[in-house]
Amino acid sequence: MTDTSTKANSAAVSASAVADFGIDTTSLSTREAVGDYVSRLRGGQLGALPALLGLVVLIVVFTALSGNFLTLNNIANLFAQGAGQTIIAMGIVPVLLLGEIDLSAGTASGVAASVMALHLKLHGNMLGAMGPGVFYGFVIGSLVAVALCALLRIWVGAALSAVVTVILLAGFPDNPWVEIILAVCVGTVIGALTGALVSKIRIPAFVVTLALFIGWYGLILQLVGADGTIPVGGSETLFQVANGNLDTTGSWVLFVLFGGGYAAVVLFRHFARLRHGLVAQPTTLVAIKAGGVLVLGALATALLNLNRSQNAGTVIQGVPYVVPIILVLLVAGTFVLDRTSYGRHVYAVGGNREAARRAGVKVDKIRMSVFVICSSVAAIGAIVYTSKIGAVDGNSGNGNTLLFAVGAAVIGGTSLFGGRGRLRDAVVGGLVLATVQNGLGLLGYQSATVNMVTCLVLLVAAAVDALSRRRAAVAS
Amino acid sequence: MSVRLAVAGPRCPATAGFPSTVEVDEVNEPILELRGVNKSFGPVHVLHDVDLAVRAGEVTALVGDNGAGKSTLVKCIAGIHPIDSGEVLFGGEPVQIHNPRDAAALGIEVVYQDLALADNLDIVQNMFLGRERRRHGVLDEASMELDARKTLASLSVRTVKSVRTPVASLSGGQRQTVAIAKAVLWDSKVVLLDEPTAALGVAQTRQVLDLVRRLAEQGLGVVLISHNMNDVFEVADRIATLYLGRLAAEVVTKEVTNSQIVELITTGRSGDLGLARPEAAAV
Repeated sequence: MTDTSTKANSAAVSASAVADFGIDTTSLSTREAVGDYVSRLRGGQLGALPALLGLVVLIVVFTALSGNFLTLNNIANLFAQGAGQTIIAMGIVPVLLLGEIDLSAGTASGVAASVMALHLKLHGNMLGAMGPGVFYGFVIGSLVAVALCALLRIWVGAALSAVVTVILLAGFPDNPWVEIILAVCVGTVIGALTGALVSKIRIPAFVVTLALFIGWYGLILQLVGADGTIPVGGSETLFQVANGNLDTTGSWVLFVLFGGGYAAVVLFRHFARLRHGLVAQPTTLVAIKAGGVLVLGALATALLNLNRSQNAGTVIQGVPYVVPIILVLLVAGTFVLDRTSYGRHVYAVGGNREAARRAGVKVDKIRMSVFVICSSVAAIGAIVYTSKIGAVDGNSGNGNTLLFAVGAAVIGGTSLFGGRGRLRDAVVGGLVLATVQNGLGLLGYQSATVNMVTCLVLLVAAAVDALSRRRAAVAS
Repeated sequence: MSVRLAVAGPRCPATAGFPSTVEVDEVNEPILELRGVNKSFGPVHVLHDVDLAVRAGEVTALVGDNGAGKSTLVKCIAGIHPIDSGEVLFGGEPVQIHNPRDAAALGIEVVYQDLALADNLDIVQNMFLGRERRRHGVLDEASMELDARKTLASLSVRTVKSVRTPVASLSGGQRQTVAIAKAVLWDSKVVLLDEPTAALGVAQTRQVLDLVRRLAEQGLGVVLISHNMNDVFEVADRIATLYLGRLAAEVVTKEVTNSQIVELITTGRSGDLGLARPEAAAV
């Protein structure tokens, strides 16, 4: 690249000051930054851009075809419909970042949902609900998970797994929050078992999770029992998770917390970088980014705070609860992946496992931990979709759940080969899939068409990824 | 070109009268010394009583044919393979190196042949990989970025556009440069380079060799493994030749010729240098 031009000076000049470093440009002008971005796009580093463009196209098409699509009621409904699979997709992103796959995340989430529903139905009497065999299986499983997490020093995983043991043995009475915690912790236990099989016994993740996919499906059938479904509508809190809304004040507080928080963090970090003389984006671009998020957030909040009820007698307004749930997961997850050494190590192991090992990264721990995260977050997704449906049945989390989640992550721009991808990819991809499902549903198409169109969307996303990767290879 | 770099360095031989091998160098005590190191993998005896001295401020080239045990020796020093017997002295003190962390704690860093960098991370992230700095539990990007840039500048690396460039978009020479800079970032005392110029072009090899010389000028002990005799004669102060797992000879570069070294590599001896004749050894 620049070798030939710099060869001459490097021979002539000896020691040099820090300021002299190469041709490093610490701050770019806006024009340069935009040019840089365009050249990166040309070079094939597209990120979430294709998915965002696709989303815009889909919204335009569906708005043109159906008068009902771009109504407040439908948009709020679309969020609630897509939230479950989007959350599972967010959980699977760290696994994909390592270049692994978790096929069992869907049915694992189903197991978590079943346990949650059983706890509610039988008022905390899990021994009676499961029968002794399954009950003690769960207790032993959770203890094994605690031991495995402790062995690899994943203390959070060990603590959450221990919660399952405690709740099962102590027999807490039914309480929606206990059930929610139980569901998440069951996810942790499942993830610990999966992760240990992959990272310690070293069975390929595909095989482990394929086996567990089948196994957890069997366990769901066992838990759901002869009735075939367990309703959760009895609990107001569990019903509200996917169907309720923040009140108008709460919605604005949410906007201030996340919109304002985002702008504050972005601007603060930008000026800190400038102050230290580090590589930084131009101030104008950063300001536009922060301002854009603020304006869009305010607009969305204001619109969702309007009454969107179709009946004159009732009032439906406010931001759906699923929005803060996803935002909290997105912010927390992005923070962990971008700003902590754990997240750095996840990317490093995904990029070059051997290099990470030689650099002193505990590769086994990282590999196990992403499965723990995946199943735990999938359990949160299960809580949301169970709330939306109102019941757990034998097919909860089965079938397409996992594949749609992986699809969402890939559509958003996460690579299946590891090392590339961000949490927000899953959110964007999840929105694309939810839009396809919702829009086609409004137009009266059955799942036959919905599935075929989803297939096309996924293929297009994969093709864009493959082509951009080829360009990137040529560019470098 | 590197002749300019050789002025008045430790290469200037106060050692000139010494014939070869393990004579004690009064001017420059070895920073890292191996004595009688043996290593076997099952029935295969890879290293036989290897003695090696690495001196601060000098480049010691480690040469030998394929399978002579160069990489194994480096991996033993790096703590990847534990040694079976023998002594390792660091700064004159006997030390035990059981794993890569022990080696790193002593200040021994290895730059591997197959570039141990993660493509998807940028230069700063790679240089601090596994040893990230944290402030209040959060990555301290500011201090890492500044120090990475300082290290690259101190090595007069001027070909990298920005320290935030992903490694995937660097050329082979630039990657090797980053890998070497990563090794010196840690106040290292000894840097081992396993074939740093393999698979590089002419200009890039030049860059890397200049860098190797600069490391020695900064007072580090440098071990360079290479198959390329031109490279070795250009940058090395001493040449240690391995032959079938034994140290055939450790010689001062100025006192030997290219063909002598080739002879040492291929037959284990050259004239007075090298291993005793097999007949003698058998007695």
